[in-house]
Amino acid sequence: MAGNRLKLELTRVVQGKSRLGIIKGLGRKGQHSLEVPGCLLYTHFGTVPHLTQDTLHTLNSLPSITQVTLSTIAEHQEVLEEFKDGFRAFAGLHDTVLYCSLHDPAAPCPTGYTTNKTVSVWGSGGRIELTVEKFMALQKTVQPDFYQSMADGETWQNNTSRKRVRKSVDRTLAHLDECLLVHQKVQELEGVEVFGVVEGGDILEERVRSARETAKRPVAGFCLDGLQTGSMDQTLRTQLITAVNKELPEDKPRLLQGVGRPDEVLACVEAGVDLFESFFPFQVTERGCALCFNFDISADPERAGTAPPEVLEQNKEGDPEGEAQHNGDISVEDQTQMTSFEINLKDKRYHDDFRSLVEGCGCYCCMNHQRAYVHHLLVTNELLAGVLLMIHNTAHYHGFFSALREALANDKLDLLKRRVLRDRGQIETKE
Amino acid sequence: MSLKKTLSTAAPLTLKIIAECPVTKARACDLILPHSTVSTPVFMPVGTQGTLKGITVDQLEGLGCHVCLGNTYHLGMRPGPDLIEKANGLHGFMNWKRNLLTDSGGFQMVSLVELSEVTEEGVKFKSPYDGKEILLTPEKSISIQNSLGSDIMMQLDDVVSSTVTGPRVEEAMHRSIRWLDRCIAANKHPEKQNLFAIIQGGLNAKLRKTCLDEMTKRDVPGFAVGGLSGGEEKDDFWRMVTLSTDHLPREKPRYLMGVGYAVDLVVCVALGCDMFDCVFPTRTARFGSALVPWGSLQVKQKQYAKDFQPIDPDCQCPTCKRHSRAYLHALFKSDTAAMHHVTIHNIAYQLTLMRSVRQSIVDGRFPDFIRTFMKRMFPSPDQYPSWAVDALTSVNVTLD
Repeated sequence: MAGNRLKLELTRVVQGKSRLGIIKGLGRKGQHSLEVPGCLLYTHFGTVPHLTQDTLHTLNSLPSITQVTLSTIAEHQEVLEEFKDGFRAFAGLHDTVLYCSLHDPAAPCPTGYTTNKTVSVWGSGGRIELTVEKFMALQKTVQPDFYQSMADGETWQNNTSRKRVRKSVDRTLAHLDECLLVHQKVQELEGVEVFGVVEGGDILEERVRSARETAKRPVAGFCLDGLQTGSMDQTLRTQLITAVNKELPEDKPRLLQGVGRPDEVLACVEAGVDLFESFFPFQVTERGCALCFNFDISADPERAGTAPPEVLEQNKEGDPEGEAQHNGDISVEDQTQMTSFEINLKDKRYHDDFRSLVEGCGCYCCMNHQRAYVHHLLVTNELLAGVLLMIHNTAHYHGFFSALREALANDKLDLLKRRVLRDRGQIETKE
Repeated sequence: MSLKKTLSTAAPLTLKIIAECPVTKARACDLILPHSTVSTPVFMPVGTQGTLKGITVDQLEGLGCHVCLGNTYHLGMRPGPDLIEKANGLHGFMNWKRNLLTDSGGFQMVSLVELSEVTEEGVKFKSPYDGKEILLTPEKSISIQNSLGSDIMMQLDDVVSSTVTGPRVEEAMHRSIRWLDRCIAANKHPEKQNLFAIIQGGLNAKLRKTCLDEMTKRDVPGFAVGGLSGGEEKDDFWRMVTLSTDHLPREKPRYLMGVGYAVDLVVCVALGCDMFDCVFPTRTARFGSALVPWGSLQVKQKQYAKDFQPIDPDCQCPTCKRHSRAYLHALFKSDTAAMHHVTIHNIAYQLTLMRSVRQSIVDGRFPDFIRTFMKRMFPSPDQYPSWAVDALTSVNVTLD
């Protein structure tokens, strides 16, 4: 590890756990930074789903870190090797930090394909098996600024045995050691940082062991794996994360994989998580929905006292599917189900609704288009529906993170939680 | 004639002829429409359902598009004219600030012929959405187009496939004239919505001429040449086009419907057409086919996997300025944005082509432009399509 320049500077820690701060020294030259709690920019092969550079840059304050996954890149290894200048230049990305993870958080991969020496990723052409050697060869061609170390994360299913969980921790530590060994010898990876992966399924001791051991290695940060939505309930997730974070150094960022729902994000920030992936707005987009939850914590008492009308109105929808995610006995498919943080624009009631998606939202979609139009685009299967929804959902989600940081800075986390969780509460009472 | 002119200026359209090619029948005009001025010759991209295939209206504006199409048939079905009227017309519904042209809905008679029956009253469709029978009359078509609020509306015509011959063609031609009169009478907004007549008559010169004679007697703001581009022989196609432009009034715009291949565009400009539309450039883009000065480039083909140059190194579009063939090739496997990139490129290609055509007309060097264009498009002169050579010869352009 040449230097370990990447560093998290905490500006405040609220109630002993929620961390507000800034990650500095990002990028090969250390010129980038990212405020936390924050999220990465989710992409498919370097492209934010549905968006071109024109439409992407209608969004202001994009995260400075772009996430790409080996699942989409692995099949293009030969091409990248020939290209030579790394994935960033290949994808036409310019001023961004590049983070390379293993799997696409919005496309959970089949289990049963990891071995002691390999993990598998699924691309458009099917499964690709990665040894540490191949994994590192890929990193060498991708040339990210930091990457997730190779990991066996197949513990998210229910009833994973203690033995299997222990094996996943052992394998992941072994992979990390091997990755680090190769990393030091590869000139192209000089200045590139590695994030170690904390596994351990739902077993507290294994989580602690994984965290403790990983923290001993020269890593710049930590990926918390196997805790994704659908694998366990939030109470257990909070317990595990809290225990893990006790073992991790204060000045290194903690990236939680596979969790994106606003309520879960809030709970995980309270447990000490710094970074999230932003696949959630993409999932919302794919089901034809628009994020509409309230995160307004402005000081104006009148405004603060009333939720925007669209949030209240949403309760009438009484979407029962979104409420199915309370116990631990759920599957990953639930990730594709609508939550109470969104409205379903395919619904007939929006046919003649000439309001913007969210009143007061400043995104390109809300400034230019109405619900009735997006409804029409969805009903007619027009490609622009995905474009407009992705713009709005991304803007809304990033706005939420910005409000979250503001809340931490100004002791308003409880207020933000009430705002964000209110609708859920109401629906639950109603049922 | 003088009466005609007075009435024309009352129409919400003015055609200023900027330059006429001294050799061919080509002309460069400013077509002043209610929402903006369109420089012709112009290619009009097709936004069937109130959207141009994944492209935002800002992107379309950024590419320099001043007029695009909406389809009356589709929009009339979904979301329906009432809703669009409530949204301040199609302009308001899709938030497009420039011009719109809507078709009559009649073209679907050809494309959905098994679902339709034509009588003097109108066309009976079976809705593909709910199976309900719908009667589209000239009055109904104009009423929907009035609700859509397009800058240019098309008359309902009796469309017969261009490969059909016999009495049905003549019947359709005469009926189209009668329907034109009904459409003119039905237009509730003649002061802000232009109604174009559509010349029919199949591939029969006599019928075309009769139709031209009759329709040009009507004071409509513009004319379209219809019933072509439906699989007929190209030799028949260009002869019908040139016959039409020979008899259409000089001071009104001429719109050749359904034409969008680059060679067809250049040749038909030479034959005197001003406006064109076609779904081809945007449809083909979604299959990964990028239009280039030497034809097309299939981005999804393996040969481009490691090709690190842009689609067209000389192209100034946002796609070519940022992305390589190799990246687009790979992106087609991961995300729909790949389609958007090629769609943007193809629209840029069509609009840039027409801008170059226009500039060459203004500069008085259109025949040279044609020769250079053809050289670039075809590997050798013996591959020039004979119909194009004949058509160009007919307007005094010889290819070397």
